[in-house]
This record gives sequence, C-alpha cells and structure tokens, in this order.
Amino acid sequence: MLGLSLVEFTIIILLGGVLAGFLGALTGLGGGVVVIPLLTLGFGIDMRYAIGTALVTSIASSSGAAAAYIKEGITNVRIGMFLEIATTTGAVIGAIIAVYLDKQYIAIIFGFVLIFSAIRSVRKTETNEDYTLPGDKLAEKLKLNSSFPTKEGIVKYNVHNVGIGYSLMTLAGILSGLLGIGSGALKVLAMDTAMKIPFKVSTTTSNFMVGVTAAASAVIYLQRGYIDPGIAMPIVVGVLAGAFLGSRILPKTNVKKLRMLFSIVITVLAVFMMYNGITGKL
Amino acid sequence: MGFKIFSKEFWNEEYVEQYIGKLLRYGVILACTITSFGGIIYIIQSKGKMPDYSSVPSGEEFSGVAHYLREISTILPRVLDFDGAAIIQLGVLVLIATPIIRVAFSAVSFLIEKDYMYVAITLIVLAIILANMILGIH
Repeated sequence: MLGLSLVEFTIIILLGGVLAGFLGALTGLGGGVVVIPLLTLGFGIDMRYAIGTALVTSIASSSGAAAAYIKEGITNVRIGMFLEIATTTGAVIGAIIAVYLDKQYIAIIFGFVLIFSAIRSVRKTETNEDYTLPGDKLAEKLKLNSSFPTKEGIVKYNVHNVGIGYSLMTLAGILSGLLGIGSGALKVLAMDTAMKIPFKVSTTTSNFMVGVTAAASAVIYLQRGYIDPGIAMPIVVGVLAGAFLGSRILPKTNVKKLRMLFSIVITVLAVFMMYNGITGKL
Repeated sequence: MGFKIFSKEFWNEEYVEQYIGKLLRYGVILACTITSFGGIIYIIQSKGKMPDYSSVPSGEEFSGVAHYLREISTILPRVLDFDGAAIIQLGVLVLIATPIIRVAFSAVSFLIEKDYMYVAITLIVLAIILANMILGIH
C-alpha cells in the first residue's frame, strides 16, 4: 500500500483525523464524511474498514464537540432523546441491510449522501423565522418546546411537524447504520427545516444524537471485524484533537467560506466514490 | 462529593448539564489516553510492519480484523497480556460506551426531575441500543 511504513502510515492517518475532526466541528458535518474518502480513495483501504473507522470517528467527534457545547445550555436533551428512538431503530435496520448489500451499492449511496451534505452545508442559515408561532400538539405533549440564550436574550421556540421530523430521523438512522456516518446534515434538516427548531439548537442537538446513534451500530461493526485497531488508533486521537481545536475556534469565526470550500471538496470526492463504486474499483 | 450525588439540588438541570459535559470530556480523554498508549505498544510490537488493508473485491470473502479483537470477552484478557492492538480496542470500547453512559445518565436525571415520560423514552432508547448489541452477536 503505497510502500508506507507503519509509523508513516500512522502519522498521515493521524493528521487526516485532525483535519476531519476540525472540519467536522466547524461545519457540523461530523468527521465520518471525510474519513471514508480519505481511507478508500487516498489509501486504497477496503470500504468496510473505512466504514468501521468512520463510525468510531463519528462518536469521537460528537462526544468531543458535545463536551464543549453542553455548557452553553442550548442542546435540547428532550428533543434529542425522543428522536433517538427513531435514529437508533433506523441504525438497527441500517446495520442489518449492510450485511446483505454489496459494497459497490454502499459506495454509490454514500456518494449521494455526500452531495446532499455538501449542498446542505452551504445553504443560508440565517432566517428570520418566528419561532414562537404555535407548534404541534404532539410537541406540547412531549414537552419539546423550550428556549435558549442568545446575545439578544432568551429566545423561546415551539416545535412543529413532529411526525415528519421523526420519519426523517429514522432515515438518518438507517444511513448511519449503513454507512457509519453520523448523518448530521440529515438530522439538522429534520430539526431545522421540518420541525422549525432554531439552527443553533438543531446543530448542537444533532451533535448529541450522532454519538448515541453511532454507538448503537458500532458494536455490530466491531463484532464483524470492521473496526481495525491500526486505523482506529490514529483516527481517534487525531479526530479528538481536531474537534477540540474546532470547537474552540467555532464561536469566533465566520465559517461561510470554509463551508463553501469544504462543500466543493466533498462533492468532488462524492463523484469519485460513485465512479469507483460503479466500476467496482473499491 | 459524598452523598451529594443523591440530592435533588445536585441534579438541578444546570448541574446535570455541567456534569454530563464533564462525563463526556472524561470519557473522551480516557479513550484517547488508552488508545494512544496501546498505539505505541502496537507499533513497537508490530516492528513497523504494515498490515494489509487493501480492498477485497466484491464477492470475495472479507476476513476483517483478528477474531480476538471483536468481542469484549476476548479483548480484555489480551489487554492484560499487554497486546497493543487489544489495548487500542479497549480505548475504542470506552469511546463507544461514553454516549451510552450519557443516555443512562439522562434517565437518572429525568427520574429525579420526576419526568416519568422521559424516563420511559430514555429507557426505550437504551433498550434499542442493547438489542442492537445482542442482535450483532451471531
């Protein structure tokens, strides 16, 4: 494999992990989307090892960033926990499908998810939505409505379209179980667009959920032998360092340009993944 | 600390959030430490030799990692033998356990808040994760 020694390989993967964790924390996409193309396209590593590693990456970047976010008190644990029923159920389904699905199809599905994530991460995030409009009855029953602190004071919000949000979350869970990624983009779509939860609350709550969803399918992948210590080690250490760095910088930066660049890179990688998937090179 | 952990004040929402933040941080730091330590041993033990990770064509059997690195019951004894790869897997297990313990923690905090609906919801989530683990064992 490129004639690298183990030490060289470990250092390069470690640096890749730092980058993945850093971008994951800044863009909210989670490190998994970077790790899979890096390992498969960059190193010619088998897709299944890449998926196992991505899963570990998702957990690491989620826990790393969550530890930083939770102090700000914007994560809505009730929304997260309720929707976890959907994502963990989905993760079970996804991990079962993964056994029967050829890795070529997995590569193609992954490509689509990457493109979707890229598009989602560059769209406008600043909306002048009125969050106090009356929400769902179900949201009220489930005590999902809450508030969060901003510079302009406490903002109250009501939650809408709980059913649609729940369905989208199930899909996000299936994709997590199938691909090893956190499906952060889809989770945010469900909360931010469908359920009309303020963007900041959506992203931090999604981050909290990513770790739990990934942990649900991680054990299955461990048992299948997809999680390799030689790849997992530098990735875990690298991603955690990167996520820590990213979450420190996040409140101070305007990440618009970075997001744009990241999206272009991700789209190119997606096309490569799909091409290799179709031609059976992965 | 003492028995403060059982008091209602301790589980006030703000405290709980801070505590959960700490839990995540400790879990992550612990996982990172174990993994790095195992990694150094692993590199020394493998004498710089690269394992073969190259892509296995569709249809051919994927062998995956050594079987003893796939189950907690077989990883732990090898950790005591100072097997670098097994120590790394232990770190990965700690990492996987962190968000699951965090969910269990939420169940307790909802219980102390007397929010029984959310105790139930949280337990459902835990049950699904557990079922997923058992389902994986074939």
